[in-house]
Amino acid sequence: MSAKQTKKKSATRAVKPRTKKPAATAVKEEKKIAAKLIPIYIMGKRYEVPEGLTIMKAMEYAGYILIRGCGCRGGTCGACGTVYRKPGDYKLQVALACQKTVEPDMYIAQIPFFPANRATYEFAGLTAAPEEVFKLYPELFRCVACNSCTKACPQGIEVMDAVSALKQGNIAGAAQLSFDCIQCGLCTSRCFGELAQYHMFQLARRTYGARIVPRAEHLAEMVKAVNEGRYDRFLDELKQAKEDELKKVYQEREVEPMAAGEDWKPKDTRYL
Amino acid sequence: MSLAYYPGCTLKTKARNLEEPAVASMEALGFKLDEIPRWNCCGAVYSLADDDLIHQVAPVRNLIRVKKQGKTELVTLCAFCLNSLKRANLLMRQDVEKRNTLNDFIDEGIDYSGEVKVVHLLEVLRDEVGWEALSQKVKLPLRGLKAAPYYGCTLLRPREIAIDDVENPTILGDFLKAVGASPVDFPESTRCCGSYQVVSSPGDIAEYARPILNSALSHGAEALVLTCPLCDYNLGRGQKELAKKQGGFREMPLLYFTQLLALALGLSPRVCHFDLNHGSPESLLKERNLLPQGESVQLIGGQQ
Repeated sequence: MSAKQTKKKSATRAVKPRTKKPAATAVKEEKKIAAKLIPIYIMGKRYEVPEGLTIMKAMEYAGYILIRGCGCRGGTCGACGTVYRKPGDYKLQVALACQKTVEPDMYIAQIPFFPANRATYEFAGLTAAPEEVFKLYPELFRCVACNSCTKACPQGIEVMDAVSALKQGNIAGAAQLSFDCIQCGLCTSRCFGELAQYHMFQLARRTYGARIVPRAEHLAEMVKAVNEGRYDRFLDELKQAKEDELKKVYQEREVEPMAAGEDWKPKDTRYL
Repeated sequence: MSLAYYPGCTLKTKARNLEEPAVASMEALGFKLDEIPRWNCCGAVYSLADDDLIHQVAPVRNLIRVKKQGKTELVTLCAFCLNSLKRANLLMRQDVEKRNTLNDFIDEGIDYSGEVKVVHLLEVLRDEVGWEALSQKVKLPLRGLKAAPYYGCTLLRPREIAIDDVENPTILGDFLKAVGASPVDFPESTRCCGSYQVVSSPGDIAEYARPILNSALSHGAEALVLTCPLCDYNLGRGQKELAKKQGGFREMPLLYFTQLLALALGLSPRVCHFDLNHGSPESLLKERNLLPQGESVQLIGGQQ
């Protein structure tokens, strides 16, 4: 959380000086920029920005200071959902502003947030029964299969198929289909049936992970062994070791090869 | 032989006792019900408003995806799904203007004009397997089982999509004969169960069920045979209400035709999921020696 905020602030600082640069410096800098300027339209206003910039950087170049609609800048946080159209094409396009590079004559609007109600539930009390999803999100059944959600997904998820899977009680299917969801909310913004797809999918993935996928038994065994002190002696040995000794042990340690099979074991099995 | 098969949402949740015996039985008959890989809701209720095209999108999208796979026939099992899909298909065949609008909007990359033939599993049994051939495959004839075939509305109405004679259907009765049961004709076999009316007036559920169940009982039926999960819900809930209201009212087992098919073909009752049935069929089936010995079946009556 704090890392994200810091990132956002530094982005803000980077933009400010550019907007306040004296004309002379701007001209000087312009010479340095090899990139061609292309026209784009941000919320209907024309700007000329260097080609090759992402939509997000182009907005900042144009003077926008982003305090929302900007998060990880790496295509995973879902904060910068963006819609755009190009002249001569009725199709609405979608993108993440931090990932998509600008194209000439794009008409751009960011949709950093779209209202969507998340059901309140005590997860510990939920089972994997499909009816749990039906009860928490009864609007699920308002889907008319228009497929606008799928078209609006910048992650290329078959959103409508995942909604259908939920209606069919196939929670595992919905969880797997929606695995790449970054909860940007663009599907929800386009939904004819007013569904909050991404919240439903989050519930499906939680249910899938906690109730459907088999538990990792070996992990519980290992945690038990650690708690019972099976490794305490080895840790104590390391703690008491002199620096030189410690360096030697570290340098001589056996590393699992990259292509090791599942049954790989180190030569020294004392610590297993 | 592989048949492109559309299950429908309810068959994957509440009505697994309709689907699973069907899939197993068809396999025993040499047909694979091959579930189409991408399907969505059938639309549930066919929209009657002339300009309400958005509610045709769901059924038509399913049909387009079937066509895209190069299939020409789609088998359905739920009577409601059959109705929505077949009526939407008819619209795509007959109304050029609406067809164009829907094709344009649905945007699946190919155009559709009703090429896929939508059929019900009963039609496959009648037309592709044949009653005679079916009866020869029966291992456990359902002898002595007085079962009333209940059609409801959606297999037969409107006339244009009916799978049998609208006024005097015999397909379900013929099926029962083929599996060795004794079909009980009764005048209310095509009367509406209340359908989705019970959503807006839940208090009426018993009144919709009353004439149907009374008629079947008074004609000597000991079980009602269904094709539709909504009929099952309404009649099952309805008879519970009636039993509460009316002392001495006898609840009768409601069975899907596919469950009887599986039993007759000698398949394990486990595939029938009788635990999902209304009106506990256990004692009746045992009485008629229709549950193979040594099979442990979990039978819980009518809890939903």
